[in-house]
This record gives sequence, C-alpha cells and structure tokens, in this order.
Amino acid sequence: MTHTIIQLAYLGAALLFISALRALGHPDTARRGMQFAAFGMAVAVAATLLDARIVSWQWIVAGLIVGTVAGYPLGMHIKMTAMPQRIALSHAFGALAASLVGIGEYAHGLVHGTLTSFQTASLGFEVLFGSLTVTGSLMAFGKLQEILPGRPLLFRGQNWLNLGLIVLAAAALVAEIVTPGHPLVFGSMAVLAALVGVLFVLPIGGADMPVVVSLLNSYAGLAAVATGFALDNTILIVVGALDGLSGFILSMAMSRAMNRSFANVLFGAFGAAPTVDAAAAG
Amino acid sequence: MSDTTIIQLFVFMLAGFVGIQTIHRIPPLLHTPLMAATNAISGISLVAALVLAGSGEGWLAGLLGAIAVACATANIVGGFLITDRMLAMFNRRPNPKNGATP
Repeated sequence: MTHTIIQLAYLGAALLFISALRALGHPDTARRGMQFAAFGMAVAVAATLLDARIVSWQWIVAGLIVGTVAGYPLGMHIKMTAMPQRIALSHAFGALAASLVGIGEYAHGLVHGTLTSFQTASLGFEVLFGSLTVTGSLMAFGKLQEILPGRPLLFRGQNWLNLGLIVLAAAALVAEIVTPGHPLVFGSMAVLAALVGVLFVLPIGGADMPVVVSLLNSYAGLAAVATGFALDNTILIVVGALDGLSGFILSMAMSRAMNRSFANVLFGAFGAAPTVDAAAAG
Repeated sequence: MSDTTIIQLFVFMLAGFVGIQTIHRIPPLLHTPLMAATNAISGISLVAALVLAGSGEGWLAGLLGAIAVACATANIVGGFLITDRMLAMFNRRPNPKNGATP
C-alpha cells in the first residue's frame, strides 16, 4: 500500500516537473514554473521519506539541517553578477551528492555480495558522471571567481590526453561491469573521471564558461538517471532525463546565442593551441 | 535485463524527449534563470541520498548519506531561492512597460 502511494506521489511530482520546465520557457510564466518545480521536489522528498528502506533518522535530520543552513546564504546573499559561479558551485554540491550515493551503494553491494553487472554499470555511470561534474564545476567556479586564471590554459596534445583518460576510465568501467566487485578498479575509474573533469574545463575561457556550466548540469542529470536505474527509482530517471537533456539543449542554445559553434566552445583547444604557442614564441 | 529495466529505459527515452521539446526555442533572456532552475532540479538526487542515509547500514553508509543529503539539500534550497530572486527581478521589468502602454 505504502509502495503504491509513493509511486503515485512520484507520478504527480513528475507531472509537476514537466509543467515546471514548460512554464520556465516563457517569461510570463517562468516564476510559476519555478514554484511548480519546488512543489514537485517537496512531493518527491515527502514520498521518499515513507520508503520502507528508511529505518533510522538521525543522519537524515543532520544532513537536512546542515544542507538548509548552507543553502540559504548560497541563495540569498549572493550578488546577481556572481550568478554563473554560484550555479557552478551548486553543481559541485549536487554532483558530490550523486557520487557519494554511488560509492555508498557500491560499498553496500560489495559488503552484502549482491552486486550484479547491471547494478555495477548504473553505479559506475553515476560515479563517472558525478565525479567528472564535481571537479569540472569546481574548476568552472574557480575560473569565474578568478581564483584560477580565467584565460584558457592550453598545452600540446591536450585533447588527446583527455581522450586517453576517457578511454581509460571507460575501460575501467567495462572491466568492473564484466567482473563486479573490485573496489580498486571502481575507485580508479572515479579518480580518472575527476581528472577528466579538471582537464576538460582547463582550456575553456571565462566567457564560454556558462555553456560549460550548463553542460555540467546535463551531466549531473545523467548521473541522477544512472542512480535511478541502480535504485529502481522512477522519479530519479524521469527528472534526471528532463534535467540531462534540457541542460544539453540549453548549452547548445547558449553557444548559438553567443554566435559560437558548440564544438568550437568545447574543443576549441584543437585549433587554438598552435596560435597560442606562436603568440608565446613571438 | 528484466522487464522493469526495459520499461525504465522507455521512461528514460520519453522523459528525455520531453526535456528536449520543452526547452526548444527558449528566449535567450531566460537562459540563466532556466540554468539556475534546472540546477535546483538536479538536486533530485536527494531522493537517493535520503534512502542511503536512512538505511541503518552502519556509520559509514550513514555518514556518506548524511553528507550527500546535506549537499543535495544545499543545492535545492540555494537553487530555488536564487532562481526566485532572479525571476522576481525581471518580472518587474515587463510590468511597468505593460502599465505604461495602455
């Protein structure tokens, strides 16, 4: 019975999120859209608290209190001009949550010996996208906040190095899917993904950063989808897919609005590297 | 793969398509608020964090879960508050204009 109530509440929450995205696309209804989304989130969280798997409350209450106290100033006391870096920092938080859940569920499966290939694949994708987003967002935050130099940092063979690291991380994931239960392989995959996150944002200049922040949002959504598959949770799949695909479309729309091609923003280092070398030499 | 997984793949595909369609041709004015709002929405991983934090599987799972709950909550609370502030700011702009034209 409780299970049915939870699923129906998730259905309602999914409807709210879809209406929210739709309303957010028009200036007149945007604010209502945001309220729909907030209400949908409240419904989803309230329904989850009924879940039979939740047996202890002290960690939940502690986390909710700390999160609210930390989130309030992040929302209320930040200047509007600091918006992109604030969103980047917030992404880092969200993605860290997804990665930690992935690692926690993996450890749980490891201890109980219940890891299947499918579950490992889902958790692997979750941690892959999650840790990539954490470090990528922190890099974006650092560049926008001018803690790190905002200009593109380029070096020879950058794209090839990135590609190599992605291939290595993917290989680790495949190895883990074929024979689940090797924490070392799983861990090195997470570390590789985190490295890719740093290197991926390194060559992108401050002006192009909002596109990257939106793309990282898309990755955070895909991490939520993977969590949904691992935990058999439909609301995570629906909302993650909405977030993931709309974030992707949004980052393309943003680069179009800046008169830049999407590929140029992301892989600009291919063409730009020799120019910078020449400038440095001359 | 079980039947449930197949159905979930269908759900994923359809929801993704809805995500693409709803955002299609959004005015550039709304890019940043939408980014802030979807950022708050990506805090949905709170749902998974709650289950991990409350699983009662010992202190490690509890601690990881509690950190995840805190991070996701900060993401949601901060994200929605700032989106609201942003939208409240430029909701003011069309209103005087509408008021002036008649």
